[in-house]
Amino acid sequence: MKSEFTPPVGKISNIRGQCISLIGNDIDTDRIIPARFLKCVNFDSLGKSVFEDDRKTLKGKHPFDLEGNKNSTILVVNSNFGCGSSREHAPQALMRWGIKAIIGESFADIFYSNCIAIGIPCFTLPKKSIQEIQKYTFNQSLFLEIDLNNSLAVSKDINFNLELKNSTRKMFLSGEWDATSTLLKNENLIKNKFNDLPYLKFNTHFL
Amino acid sequence: MSRDTLFDKVWDLHKVSRLPGGSDQIFIGLHLIHEVTSPQAFGSLKDKNLKVKFPSRTVATVDHIVPTDNQSRPFKDNLAEQMIGTLEKNCLQHKIKLFNIGSGNQGIVHVVAPELGLTQPGMTIACGDSHTSTHGAFGSIAFGIGTSQVRDVLATQTIAMNKLKVRQIWCDNKLSKGVYAKDLVLHIINKLGVKAGVGFAYEFAGPAINALSMEERMTICNMSIEGGARCGYINPDEKTYSYIKNKLCAPKNEHWDKALTWWESLKSDENSIYDDVIKLDASKIEPTVTWGITPGQSISINQQIPLLDDLSPNDKLVAEEAYKYMSFNPGQFIKDTPIDVCFIGSCTNGRISDLRVAAKVLKDKKVSKNVKAFVVPGSEKVATQAKKEGLDQIFKDSGFQWREPGCSMCLAMNSDKLIGNQVSASSSNRNFKGRQGSPSGRTLLMSPAMVAAAAINGKVSDVREFIKK
Repeated sequence: MKSEFTPPVGKISNIRGQCISLIGNDIDTDRIIPARFLKCVNFDSLGKSVFEDDRKTLKGKHPFDLEGNKNSTILVVNSNFGCGSSREHAPQALMRWGIKAIIGESFADIFYSNCIAIGIPCFTLPKKSIQEIQKYTFNQSLFLEIDLNNSLAVSKDINFNLELKNSTRKMFLSGEWDATSTLLKNENLIKNKFNDLPYLKFNTHFL
Repeated sequence: MSRDTLFDKVWDLHKVSRLPGGSDQIFIGLHLIHEVTSPQAFGSLKDKNLKVKFPSRTVATVDHIVPTDNQSRPFKDNLAEQMIGTLEKNCLQHKIKLFNIGSGNQGIVHVVAPELGLTQPGMTIACGDSHTSTHGAFGSIAFGIGTSQVRDVLATQTIAMNKLKVRQIWCDNKLSKGVYAKDLVLHIINKLGVKAGVGFAYEFAGPAINALSMEERMTICNMSIEGGARCGYINPDEKTYSYIKNKLCAPKNEHWDKALTWWESLKSDENSIYDDVIKLDASKIEPTVTWGITPGQSISINQQIPLLDDLSPNDKLVAEEAYKYMSFNPGQFIKDTPIDVCFIGSCTNGRISDLRVAAKVLKDKKVSKNVKAFVVPGSEKVATQAKKEGLDQIFKDSGFQWREPGCSMCLAMNSDKLIGNQVSASSSNRNFKGRQGSPSGRTLLMSPAMVAAAAINGKVSDVREFIKK
């Protein structure tokens, strides 16, 4: 785990770093951060506990414990990564360990939106390409430079055209992934909606 | 692209704007919060110097972390005490209604909101918990969100989101005796897979769904997320309306008639268009049990654990991991698997009808001496009703521990945990590795009736053998 953590801010257009491969489908958020670590009122100390139980089971051989991976920032995963619980603690723990972007076959919905909301772009690639990367990183380091403008991932040996939803790309390039201020800009429209919704008129309960 | 479904109507109604990035800004009609995923959101509000925009549209309770044995304050667990203290402080400061322990209305957030009549057709409902999909049983569009989105809802009552596609899951005929909503939803997840629902809202429909009670419908929608669908819903009908009527927060007097007319107009049109439709025959489903480490890895009670060769290439990787973690052999029967712990409770199956059906199986029977069994009512209201009906006594007489309301061993954030590689028969929703508090603990998901049968025999059993008469 890196010593200094600084959360991303503003526009995100470039991510460069070393890849760390984690093999497996349907890796759920309970595995990324077991529930006992959710007993906290801030996210600060989650980084060291990422994949805690999986790492203990593998006794130092988990990718997140290998010396050669300790400075990695780009996580490479398989399908349905982040399924299960909505806990934002999962992407927060990954981010605080050092992850800045994820490339995978596919992602679970809530995990994907949590990643956007904290500034971690999640790219997809076909199974074959993911396996190619994972195989490559098995015995050598892979440094990628990702350009969000064209979704191109470049390294000295291999290049990939990453897939990223256009709306997501725009959010990162504009800084809108940090949504609160954008949402607040429509304050009047929100107020109108509050006044117009039929059920807010006939729910006259005590609240 | 779907058209004229309930999902389309409710989404369009709540759309505030199209954001520059291309996603929609959606108004959230009801926001539910609890002690685990909200503290950081309030912290972030403070950092950004923002207020809660519409405090009356957020309701809080405590569930995830509360002890279910001794609830006297301060809790033995300092961190639990700190988290609940933080929620109390935040609710007080921001004028948010909190249903705390002892209020008579505390409990699992997805049990409490429907009980209070807060959950109604046509609403958008969000909560920092993936099982928020439960509320879709009432014809609302309800989904789980992360903590940053909890902050956005508090600050703006809206979130940024892309519209989902809609898949109708049509269930023909009806469930046979001894087969419950839990079996149906486990079957659906098994057939479609745990990621088939990514990007979709699931509309559950057809005669088998119409025949279900509201509590059974909640069980179905609750587990949409286990099939990858962030949101699942059922069109409202007479059962929906009569469940809501006279509840504490239900529309009253002249508002009730207006509400009824409006709710009726929300149903998916007869010629609405879906992005996908799946049909299945509910009468063919048998009591279902999970054998693996995802809720999709399930089989009927009389089936064998699948062989690697019987599985699709995509499922093989996880199956191999599951055989190893669960210490099961491919081809092994699930029936008669010895059980160490039995748990009845959770937002999936912790409601009064779940307790009734389990108590019926347990009446005049004893829990096997090798089994630790406990029942955790979903809410204070459920507990009160159960006591009124004498269900607590039936559970206690059989050897079950009777507990206070909370999430408990569904996710093991309190002191209820599996030990070592114990096997649990659980009425909850997730059988992930380590889910129930032990990194090597093993969970078999099943209906509350099946958990009761497993408790009596000390092994996985067919509940139909208990209810023959």
